[in-house]
Amino acid sequence: MTTTTPEHLEGRPEVDGIAGAFREYLNRVRGGELGSLPAVLGLIALVALFTGLEGSTFFSSANFANLLTQGAMVTVIAMGLVFVLLLGEIDLAAGVTAGVCAAVLGKTLTEHGWPLPLGLAACILTGVVIGLVTGVLVARLGIPSFVVTLATFLAFQGAILLIIGDGGTISIRSDFILAIENDNLPPVLGWLLAIAVVGGYGMITGLRRRSRAAAGLVSEAFSVWALKLGVLALLAGLATYFLNEERSRNPEISSIQGVPYIVPLILVLFVGLTFLLSRTNFGRHVYAVGGNVEAARRAGINVKRISIICFVLCSVLAAIAGILFASKDNSVSPTTGGTTTLLLAVGAAVIGGTSLFGGRGRIIDAIIGGLVVAVIANGLPLLTEKAGIQFVVTGLVLLIAASVDALSRRRSLPL
Amino acid sequence: MPSPGSSTARESGEPLVTLRGITKSFGAVEVLRGVDLDVHLGKVTALVGDNGAGKSTLIKGMAGIHSFDGGEYRFEGKVVHVHEPKAANALGIEVVYQDLALCNNLDVVHNMFLGREVMRGITLNEDDMESRARKTLDGLAVRTLRSVRQPVSSLSGGQRQTVAIARAALWNSKLVILDEPTAALGVAQTEQVLRLVRQLADNGLAVILISHNLGDVMQVADNIATLYLGQLAAQVQTKDVTRPQVVELITSGRSGDIGLSPSKAEVVA
Repeated sequence: MTTTTPEHLEGRPEVDGIAGAFREYLNRVRGGELGSLPAVLGLIALVALFTGLEGSTFFSSANFANLLTQGAMVTVIAMGLVFVLLLGEIDLAAGVTAGVCAAVLGKTLTEHGWPLPLGLAACILTGVVIGLVTGVLVARLGIPSFVVTLATFLAFQGAILLIIGDGGTISIRSDFILAIENDNLPPVLGWLLAIAVVGGYGMITGLRRRSRAAAGLVSEAFSVWALKLGVLALLAGLATYFLNEERSRNPEISSIQGVPYIVPLILVLFVGLTFLLSRTNFGRHVYAVGGNVEAARRAGINVKRISIICFVLCSVLAAIAGILFASKDNSVSPTTGGTTTLLLAVGAAVIGGTSLFGGRGRIIDAIIGGLVVAVIANGLPLLTEKAGIQFVVTGLVLLIAASVDALSRRRSLPL
Repeated sequence: MPSPGSSTARESGEPLVTLRGITKSFGAVEVLRGVDLDVHLGKVTALVGDNGAGKSTLIKGMAGIHSFDGGEYRFEGKVVHVHEPKAANALGIEVVYQDLALCNNLDVVHNMFLGREVMRGITLNEDDMESRARKTLDGLAVRTLRSVRQPVSSLSGGQRQTVAIARAALWNSKLVILDEPTAALGVAQTEQVLRLVRQLADNGLAVILISHNLGDVMQVADNIATLYLGQLAAQVQTKDVTRPQVVELITSGRSGDIGLSPSKAEVVA
């Protein structure tokens, strides 16, 4: 048998410029791989709606900055949930885990006067332990994650009460922690950050194109690459410009301007976790376990180890969200990380395109979905005072996202 | 009266795998009762037999999923003890199971390298994996895949089977065991997969094909080993037998002067 050039190399080039890339994308969407498309469209629609109805209040640089700091906690918890959802599992306790870790932070820093690094370490370590316990119960004992985390969800609410004690709240006085959610980068640093983001993206994707071309593989067309880079530069530029505007009502007394510190923090988490999920064999194995656990096992993957690590990652990210809660509220209370936090975080991940059935999801989903959730939470109160309507609308949005997830899954699995 | 050994087809050269007197019991049930089998490089050996004849038990033992109780298992002339799948992989044995064991959410390259990813430092070496996946598919003359970067969920049953078989061929493997590869496929796709099976053998690998479809077996196999109630009834060259003879071997353990001796066939019947 002679080895001729197969048809997939000569007959039909995979990528031929922007039109070709767009066709490929349309095909994928038709095949049920929607990704973040519904969330991006929803985000645009919501922003347009709120701007149309309450433009002066909603579409202001002050509100834009608010939106980012308000949505940060849910987004970070959602990033952790992506790992657990990818396995096809759930962590119902992720919200209250944030609360427990925040309580540990407050207790050690404010009441015991520990130095900041030790307090932060205790907070993160609490997350690691919680994740380990949950992961071992689910992976080793085989208890459904739904049940394990429902139990810990209840227990942790009690734990927060016990840690905080009779005082009711613990106030946070560390300037460092308060700055995370309340201060901003100087405008110059904001611009440098934007340049670093655009330049970094351009360099990484550009190098990948070169190495693929060098290896004789089909690489992304230059026009597509340039278009993506251009769109990113435009978005980063606009966002930085808006955030660098003066948003204080009395600029003479206190000036408020610049990119909130939370933005670079989220970016670092996004880049690091995306690298972990898409460029390492650990990440590949997470997808494999979520896609077909039996196939993963037969391929020699240690399924239990992967599951436990995912639960630990989820709880550690919840601990980081706990630090953000403490910073945002200036205190830790028994309701920190409670009430609707978890539902909004699961909603954010699912709205962004992460599947509840496992095997599909990305870290960017948590950010896009987190923005959608934040826009709803931020915009709705401008339209209606009634808390009832706000709950119903948020619930409906989550339901729509879950329906899209279920339908696209049916579409992409012809078996 | 010919013994099972003397009716075994003789090929030129040393066999890659030689099984002699393999036994295996599960509790009181004797599933394998002294099976002999020769598998040669470059040949497709079909393993046929009725349900319960011991086909699955035999290949699972060869693949290290469970170990044989007794008998001699030689690979490349050396006696081996394969107690776990990794040990079988290390010898160069790959199994393609009936239910495929692919991850629908991963693309073709990811599936082919699953669990054995090529790394560059701590990152996946995607370029190298993609090139090697392509090379393997090209070497098998696979022309049905549009892109190796499409997810398996978008592939047809035949294409999935192709990916599963190509994965087995990727690892410098010497023996590929296929369990009912055409069971769930239509006519055109069956044809594709059979061509691929033939190509594997023509590329120099030893192939064991388990199938209930005698049409497939007669078309693609070089020799046919028939199991009958845990024993090898006969291993014969495909060109030396007719389809009715194979059916007779499967159902009664003998056909004319090939197969188990009447006394043995009666004992087990």
